[in-house]
Amino acid sequence: MDTTIEGGFADLVLGAQSVFRAVMEALARPGSVQSIASDAAPPAPLTPELGAVALTLCDHDTLVWLDPVLAANEAVVAWLAFHCGAPLTSDIGAAAFALVSDVTLLPRIDAFGQGTDEYPDRSTTVVLAVGSAAKPVTLKGPGIKDQFSTQLPLPDGDFIEQWAENRARFPRGVDLLLVRAGTVVGLPRTTRISEA
Amino acid sequence: MYVAVKGGEAAIANAHRLLADRRRGDRSVPALRLDQIIEQLGLAVDRTMGEGSLYDRELAALAILQSRGDLIEAIFLVRAYRTTLPRFGYSKPIDTAAMKIERRVSATFKDLPGGQLLGPTFDYTHRLLDPSIAEGAAVDEATARASADEPAPRVTDLLDHQGLIEPDVSEVQDEIGDLTREPLEFPLNRDRRLQALARGDEGFLLALGYSTQRGYGRSHPFVGEIRIGEVEVELDIPELGFAVNLGRIRVTECQMVNKFKGNAKVPPQFTRGYGLVFGQAERKAMAMSLVDRSLRAAELGEDVNHPAQDEEFVISHSDNVQSTGFVEHLKLPHYVDFQGELGLLREMRAEHDVADDAEAYPEAAE
Amino acid sequence: MNIAKYNFAYLDEQTKRMIRRAILKGIAVPGYQVPFASREMPMPYGWGTGGVQVTASIIGPSDVLKVIDQGADDTTNAVSIRAFFAKVAEVAVTTHTEEATIIQTRHRIPEAKLTEGQVLVYQVPIPEPLRFLEPRETETRKMHALEEYGLMHVKLYEDIAKHGRIATTYAYPVKVEGRYVMDPSPTPKFDNPKMHMSEVLQLFGAGREKRIYAVPPHTQVVSLDFEDHPFEIQHFEEPCALCGATGVYLDEVILDDKGGHMFVCSDTDNCEDRREHGHRGKLAGHALEAAE
Repeated sequence: MDTTIEGGFADLVLGAQSVFRAVMEALARPGSVQSIASDAAPPAPLTPELGAVALTLCDHDTLVWLDPVLAANEAVVAWLAFHCGAPLTSDIGAAAFALVSDVTLLPRIDAFGQGTDEYPDRSTTVVLAVGSAAKPVTLKGPGIKDQFSTQLPLPDGDFIEQWAENRARFPRGVDLLLVRAGTVVGLPRTTRISEA
Repeated sequence: MYVAVKGGEAAIANAHRLLADRRRGDRSVPALRLDQIIEQLGLAVDRTMGEGSLYDRELAALAILQSRGDLIEAIFLVRAYRTTLPRFGYSKPIDTAAMKIERRVSATFKDLPGGQLLGPTFDYTHRLLDPSIAEGAAVDEATARASADEPAPRVTDLLDHQGLIEPDVSEVQDEIGDLTREPLEFPLNRDRRLQALARGDEGFLLALGYSTQRGYGRSHPFVGEIRIGEVEVELDIPELGFAVNLGRIRVTECQMVNKFKGNAKVPPQFTRGYGLVFGQAERKAMAMSLVDRSLRAAELGEDVNHPAQDEEFVISHSDNVQSTGFVEHLKLPHYVDFQGELGLLREMRAEHDVADDAEAYPEAAE
Repeated sequence: MNIAKYNFAYLDEQTKRMIRRAILKGIAVPGYQVPFASREMPMPYGWGTGGVQVTASIIGPSDVLKVIDQGADDTTNAVSIRAFFAKVAEVAVTTHTEEATIIQTRHRIPEAKLTEGQVLVYQVPIPEPLRFLEPRETETRKMHALEEYGLMHVKLYEDIAKHGRIATTYAYPVKVEGRYVMDPSPTPKFDNPKMHMSEVLQLFGAGREKRIYAVPPHTQVVSLDFEDHPFEIQHFEEPCALCGATGVYLDEVILDDKGGHMFVCSDTDNCEDRREHGHRGKLAGHALEAAE
């Protein structure tokens, strides 16, 4: 099978529509787990969920940053070029979208495009493939009634401090989509995360 | 008992049937064909293509027919179709110096290489209604000069060779923006400004251009040159490694040459105002070039005091599809907002004259 | 001449992606107006093109669409927009608020409490709440960036000085999540409290002005006011003449040329639903069918 031309949405229009609605709900209700019912099948290590989000949101008009493993993978680059046509960039701060295939490959949050005070929308949306190891956290902010205690597969290390800094930069800042196993969880820049 | 107004759907359908009926008019009069519109109302077609931003005579003619000759409505129809078309790429810049010229006049030089060519113009016609046209009198074939094979360099290029006019592109940009694909962000670069002006309303730009002549931002314009004719459109195909010729389009180009006294950085020289429009649309191209120059006031260090120099004002209001929509939306129901205002007004009047309250507003007592 | 078929929901996929990206940014920065490359639509600017573009970008075959204008499903423009989507997206349409997954509105929020799983799409004419105080985009953008909203308070205060109250009855400015001052679209201020901590995602589309903004569910939306002049909504002296409802927004209907008038629900679906459940106002008569 030709991994370049195979593996897009079987139905371009409705495939993108359903994934978009899942992503929209995910960002509108941070921490909630939304199902991505997608038949996207990109070449590994680009996960099906990363591929589905890229097909839905990336195109000629969006600069995309790939983590070093994805960027070095010819099949992945060719698949994205064929299906999305999005120009790739190595300038992490200029990217509209960043696709990260593993939490260990996630750069520091403040390295991504943060937008400006006048145009806070000109920031990077990070799509991060996560594993199953989750930690208990409490979320607060727009989209969340009172507060929401849940388990999220967040990166280790000082991620929660980095996220607090991201929150403090509001309205500038990065929005994060965590994807795994047919699901997406959204963390917009407005969400406050604390360890439960 | 009260019966609420209903049946919006039926009312709309009936109104549209009536519209179609009125559009067709008296059935004993033959229906217009698109080729008749294209051939005999060519300037209406050109305006529709220009402000509709879509070079397609047949679609423009259809739009004119469908809109009963309301050109802003026709432009709207064309725009709403154009916006659904896929974008395959961006053509190479057209070369108007290589234009197959049909008309070319300069007000700045009596004679020049390539000569002056009046072409199909209303200029110097006496505006006397001609009954013979109504009678369908035969029209003689025209005698056109065997197309100017002599090269006709642009007047501005001739001035440029002598260093008397600013260079063609004062701000070199890597990438040309696209007004139709990206949100506007003020201040604009000249590329986007020219795109907006090219699709801008002829009447609005005409009035603004006129205002600069009457002292609201005077720019001392001279028509360096107006040329009308066909140019080739080419598309670079990266896979092929060369440009492919897509065909020819007719355009009108106006280069306005404006006096400029110079400043600390720039010596005295002529500056440019530029107009380029689909089809034969001389008035529009001239108005566009006046407004283009006028909008360069800030760039050239001139005072910005007048409407035609105010980019946000001009560009935000130049699109007739936008302006007609918003003006006409006032026809839509506003009961809810109006009710709010009614209530407020009643409260304020009640307080204003408490004594007369019961008499002036009997309903309050009910 | 071969006119191509239009795509599902009219817009081409590239346009939908562009609008979808703007919607996501709007959700992430509640109340901030995201610029987007609005398209010409087959209805005029000012007639709901922003709302239509938002709806077209989110709608799918399993959605059920309700469209209201002035609260009513049967106003001509609501009928026209509903028919447009029924045609180009082949979606189910409804007039019943509780059945809808997407509600596109002009100038009202339904009276019935909206629930999770619904999206409310507003048609917005002038998205910039500061526009009538400062016409320049370059200036208002700076004011939002610097959170410099003094001008708005001055305007509201001048109202109080002049009229003894804040004389804004619709498009009453709100502050979202303590940061952005936002135009709620020309809904009556009566509806402002419904936006606060709503269960639903609220999306706002301004086509001619090329802006999209959003209020996520459970987000603070506070109407601007002063301690000594707190925000108040409109109150009507009498109930709906058809269904007897109180605490709802009413339209005034003129009955004759002698000042006779009545007040009826602006939200026609809510009114009909109440009448079906046996509620009667003073002019309702008995037969609901007679009004159909």
